[in-house]
Amino acid sequence: MTAQQTDFYANPGEETEGTVYTAMGGGDFADIAAEQADRNDETLVINMGPQHPSTHGVLRLMVECDGETVLSIRPGIGFLHTGIEKNMEYRTWTQGTTFVTRMDYVAPIFNEVAYCLAVERLLGIEDQIPQRATDIRVLMMELNRITSHLVAVGTGGMEIGALTVMTIGFREREMVLDFFEAVTGLRMNHAYIRPGGVANDLPETGIAQLRDLIGWLEDHLPEYAAFCNENPIFKGRMCGIGVQDLSACLAMGVTGPVLRSAGYPLDLRKSQPYCGYETYDFDVITWDTADAYGRFRVRLDEMWESLKIVKQCVERLDASTGEPVMIDDPKIAWPAQLANGPDGQGNSNEHIKHIMGESMEALIHHFKLVTEGFRVPAGQAYVPIESPKGELGCHVVSDGGTRPHRAHMRDPGFNHLQSVPIQCEGGMLADIVVAIGSLDPVMGGVDR
Amino acid sequence: MSDKTPEKLPGEEKTVDTPVTDPEAAPKAGLEREDAQPGATPEAAHPVPTRAGMWSEGTGDTSGYGGIVREVPFPRPSVPPFGSWYDQVHDRLATLVEDPFVKVVVDRGEITFHIAREKLAESMRTLRDDAHLRFELCASVSGVHYPEDAGAELHVVYHLASLTHNRRIRVETSCPDDDPHVPSVVPTYPAADWHERETWDMFGIVFDGHPHLTRILMPDDWVGFPQRKDYPLGGIPIEYKGATVPPVDQRRSY
Repeated sequence: MTAQQTDFYANPGEETEGTVYTAMGGGDFADIAAEQADRNDETLVINMGPQHPSTHGVLRLMVECDGETVLSIRPGIGFLHTGIEKNMEYRTWTQGTTFVTRMDYVAPIFNEVAYCLAVERLLGIEDQIPQRATDIRVLMMELNRITSHLVAVGTGGMEIGALTVMTIGFREREMVLDFFEAVTGLRMNHAYIRPGGVANDLPETGIAQLRDLIGWLEDHLPEYAAFCNENPIFKGRMCGIGVQDLSACLAMGVTGPVLRSAGYPLDLRKSQPYCGYETYDFDVITWDTADAYGRFRVRLDEMWESLKIVKQCVERLDASTGEPVMIDDPKIAWPAQLANGPDGQGNSNEHIKHIMGESMEALIHHFKLVTEGFRVPAGQAYVPIESPKGELGCHVVSDGGTRPHRAHMRDPGFNHLQSVPIQCEGGMLADIVVAIGSLDPVMGGVDR
Repeated sequence: MSDKTPEKLPGEEKTVDTPVTDPEAAPKAGLEREDAQPGATPEAAHPVPTRAGMWSEGTGDTSGYGGIVREVPFPRPSVPPFGSWYDQVHDRLATLVEDPFVKVVVDRGEITFHIAREKLAESMRTLRDDAHLRFELCASVSGVHYPEDAGAELHVVYHLASLTHNRRIRVETSCPDDDPHVPSVVPTYPAADWHERETWDMFGIVFDGHPHLTRILMPDDWVGFPQRKDYPLGGIPIEYKGATVPPVDQRRSY
């Protein structure tokens, strides 16, 4: 090594050449420091995020503090805005599932279900969806609810230093994602739920794998309660933090576990059932503390309720093996009985044989579906479902064409982040992290 | 209609040209007519959009059917009785607010109240506060751009939920493109704050009375309203550290 350190790009103190696009010299920090000195108080404005490990993605928080007390806090969003809704207007209705699944990427199945239920309502085919497809949707949703709550509980724990909760949370989640991978081919971003049914039936080993998974979850879900419920440090960080009472929740449009932790048993699966939830036996979990600890306990208990629904799904799916999983309408249905081809891609040899060798009509249908897509009668629909975070609504407008005129997702996290000032102002700086974690926003869904 | 043919159901002999004025006059049998729905009005509030060719937007059509022009009818306005609890909400709001409705559409099991923007703030406050209405939750606000709807190009759609009565309604209001102003409902529903900011951001609809109407998803200095129909998808050059990536429609196509 030479005495003079050489940097590939530039040595310290070296003159810059050309246009420099990065902030050099610390910007206007000297001005801020001078202004602060003039004001002669302890108030500091701190910018937290968007690149901050405990903001659940790219959330920016502008915090005004006096010492460690939060005087005011304003969330800033939009850093993960990818124009999904605009993109959907340029793709067919079926391709829309590929976009919505990337919104709230921790709970992708719910986005797909909300979107597909809305499209099905526009098409007027809600009653024609095969029962097995609906059962698979419920199964996937409830497993996804468990994984989403595991992420909420795990990352929420990690952010306050309970790292083990995160490591075991992601361990369990990985087991569920293995099952998702076996069914849909992907761990996340499945695009599995399609208008008219689901993309594929369960694999042959699906039910057996599912029973193993249920056994695993039954063995390991109690660990969270054992680690956290009465842990004095955990309770010290969570109890009485991020309090938002019922009236504040309703004013801010807060739903899901946050509202239920305030004691209101609103669950769309019970109050406005969809996908046949009225036929399942489960309870709505509430808590009465309206704080971060209550939300943690609600999520913990909801995982058990979801597991209860999953078990009921197993019995139904076991009984309905071999039944169709896609609507019996050649103008809407994509081929849904896919085999795993030698290239690893899903393909349906039966379907190819049918369209290439047997039926001209089937070939025409297939060609129209794949190139242009199906037409949806003009009108609009809004379908709300109970996602792990709260009410996830899908508003779709059709002008009678093969693409959405407008698609809008009402993501619960978008609403919930509005109540960050309610939960954090007057509290301590370190409790912001706990409050945000208990709201469980996923920026992919918030920013879309 | 004569009395000598009692076996025929009322309305069966009506021709396609006979206008249907009320639910009783609608044919109960015979020729199925699209305009035979009760309350069908000759001119819909939306002008009926048309579509040419077999393909969307008439592109890439080599089939020879490019000359075909199809109408795309939006759901027609409905007249009372709407059935179910819809009438209770409709009548109650009509009692409390003077002449609130532009039209009411019941379609696919969902009811949409189209309310003039002048009446919006009062109607929303009534919908929330009245004990028989009690729509406590403003779940969602979204904008929709109908470029063909002259004089009302920009629509704002509010989805309200009543937890007390377990009901959901949709309230829709509209404003012309050259006067994109709608009163804010934030004083009634604080939850609409960010939703209205997003609608301003994406559609350029100004919500009068909003406490802090700024862009929320797009950068603060963005020009244009991306979700409008005349705004291109991805027509923006991307600058990264001095290099410029051209917009998708101007890239080399290989």
